[in-house]
Amino acid sequence: MAKENLSVWTSIPFWRRSAAWVTGFAVILLIWLTFDTMGQISMGTDEDLKNGVDKRVPAATVINYNIDYQMSKKRGHEVPVIGKKEPFFGKEWSGEEAAALLHLGKLTSQAKNCMNCHTLLGNGAYYAPDLTKAWIDPMWKDGGPMQGMTGKSTKEEAMAEFLMNPSQYPTHARMMPNLGITADEAKGLVAFLKHMSSIDTNGFPRNFSKTVEQFKAGGTNAH
Amino acid sequence: MLTSIKTNEFAGSESKKLAMMYFRVAIILFGAQLLMGLIAAIQFLVPGFLFELFDFSVARMVHINALVVWMLYAMIGSVYYMLPDETGIETVGIGIGKLAFWVFTAAITVVVLVYIFVQVGAGTEATIWFINEGREYIEAPRWADIGIVVVVLIFYWNVFATFMKGTQTGIMTVMVANLMALAGLYLTGMFFTDNISMDQFWWWWVIHLWVEATWEVFVGTLAAYALIKIIGAKREIVEMWLWIEVLMLFGSGVLGLGHHYFWIGTPEYWWEIGALFSALEPVPLVAMFVHVLYDWGKEQGETHAKDSTAHAINNGPAMAWIVTNAFGNFLGAGIWGFFHTLPQVNIYTHGTQFTAAHGHLAFFGAYATILIGMMYMGIQGAYGVERLKATFKSKMAIFMIVFGVLGMGVALTISGYEQVLVERAELGGGWNAFFTAQELPWYIQGMVWRAIMGVVTFVGFVYLVWDLLTIGKLSKAAEA
Repeated sequence: MAKENLSVWTSIPFWRRSAAWVTGFAVILLIWLTFDTMGQISMGTDEDLKNGVDKRVPAATVINYNIDYQMSKKRGHEVPVIGKKEPFFGKEWSGEEAAALLHLGKLTSQAKNCMNCHTLLGNGAYYAPDLTKAWIDPMWKDGGPMQGMTGKSTKEEAMAEFLMNPSQYPTHARMMPNLGITADEAKGLVAFLKHMSSIDTNGFPRNFSKTVEQFKAGGTNAH
Repeated sequence: MLTSIKTNEFAGSESKKLAMMYFRVAIILFGAQLLMGLIAAIQFLVPGFLFELFDFSVARMVHINALVVWMLYAMIGSVYYMLPDETGIETVGIGIGKLAFWVFTAAITVVVLVYIFVQVGAGTEATIWFINEGREYIEAPRWADIGIVVVVLIFYWNVFATFMKGTQTGIMTVMVANLMALAGLYLTGMFFTDNISMDQFWWWWVIHLWVEATWEVFVGTLAAYALIKIIGAKREIVEMWLWIEVLMLFGSGVLGLGHHYFWIGTPEYWWEIGALFSALEPVPLVAMFVHVLYDWGKEQGETHAKDSTAHAINNGPAMAWIVTNAFGNFLGAGIWGFFHTLPQVNIYTHGTQFTAAHGHLAFFGAYATILIGMMYMGIQGAYGVERLKATFKSKMAIFMIVFGVLGMGVALTISGYEQVLVERAELGGGWNAFFTAQELPWYIQGMVWRAIMGVVTFVGFVYLVWDLLTIGKLSKAAEA
């Protein structure tokens, strides 16, 4: 502008410069925080699990451990608790095997478009239950309805059977469709779900265990 | 608009003709989006509808992909439309621009046909490359990702080269810088990882930094251009406002990204950062609304002083949609977003119909509205109409679409409220909690109203298409 401005508040160069500085500052801060977050959410190692080092996203071998979700007094919300070793599909998975299984499961979760009905970590569509902590959902526990319905004696086998033939085991009018999931893919998906339940999500979903309590007490009274 | 293919001459502007080609595909995809939405809405009420034939996941995927793609088409069209006006010259690479259009459209057609007929694949890399990537909003398979990048590079080169050769206005400076960020961000969504937290971290770089930063700045740029064209707003005022908007939109929106990092495995400090900056995101949206109304009032006042019967507006329907945009952006993105942006609230609302309510109102209010406004500007230019007046059909279109989407938003909010209180607060989430909430009478009632309002929106859409097909010819005849 050729004319001299009466006030800085109506000066285009002033606002242009301010926009550039503010945007630049925000972007630099975002990049810096991204580097920090990358370090914190990169997958842990098998050694971390053996030594009891808590990682926000544990190694794939976390499938060899019992996973619970318990209130932490220190943090004021529930956190995943990785417990003792337990067999997964009847065996202990080596680092390589577990990583390959998780890889297959993650690929399958995308190939079958899970996210356009379910939510994962709360993101996706809202037509089917959130899968963040599906592994520890009381529906699948020992003596729970899904093990009974599928005729399987472990959580992982019940889940895999359901995933292969979901519309054979309806629990509600709204059913999961048959997506042509193979036995191997189903195992992979269960590993993916178990791994996801071990991720530290800052207490989301909140009060997940409340469902468990209500379930023990004989279902809900919401109706 | 088929007739307008033959009649639009644009006084020799090839860039504007290309813009109309983009607008035409955009409106077809908009229709596809609404149809898919209706199917998905019915499936909420009648779960057996098209079960294991055309499941919810497919309808929903095409619903949101058609949304993203029609908006990108209308955005590219808008840029090609304004380019000759802003730079004062013809777009430099029209031939390659047209080639890119046909390549893009052919690719989109193949992608959609594969979505509809192949739907899902085996758990292999091949599925990610050729069928779908299974990541909400950016499901397009990898081959199409690469195609999109090539097409966008051609588009960007066209914009950049024309900008460098012609007059460099403030509006185009913002456009060129913003488009570079917009295009570059797409690359952050093009990789596979086994780590779901890492996956979603970068996925949000595309989704959030598009719709809550670069797309918003894009809308600011379009509004600036449209206000100059439609009501003759002063460039100096409009451009000053545009820089203030850039400052506030990027100042809040870039770090507002943190509100997606509350629960995906990322550290706690995102609570504070996400809450603070995303809470500021509505501020520029208020500013944009005030700015549009202020300029409108000012120009109308000045016109009125000269001639007490004259209108400052030379395109009624476009202006109506742009004012709807200014308010809808604030309401849908601003207020509905702020409702659940604080972690204290979001821990309960995250991933419920509350999010769906916000999504519908925000995408419509912030983007659909102004892009429809740009289409009306395109019609005005195509027929060389001096003053485009709203017809009965224009009014029915805007009324029914706005009423329909608002109705859907409110209905989903009520269902979402029920879901949040019962599924999340009372029962704490999980399979049983989810279905208990889905079966609540008040939740279902909300879903019924959502479907009804979806039909209202669709009828409005029919009026819109009908109007776009006829208004140019009618107005031209009336002026002659």
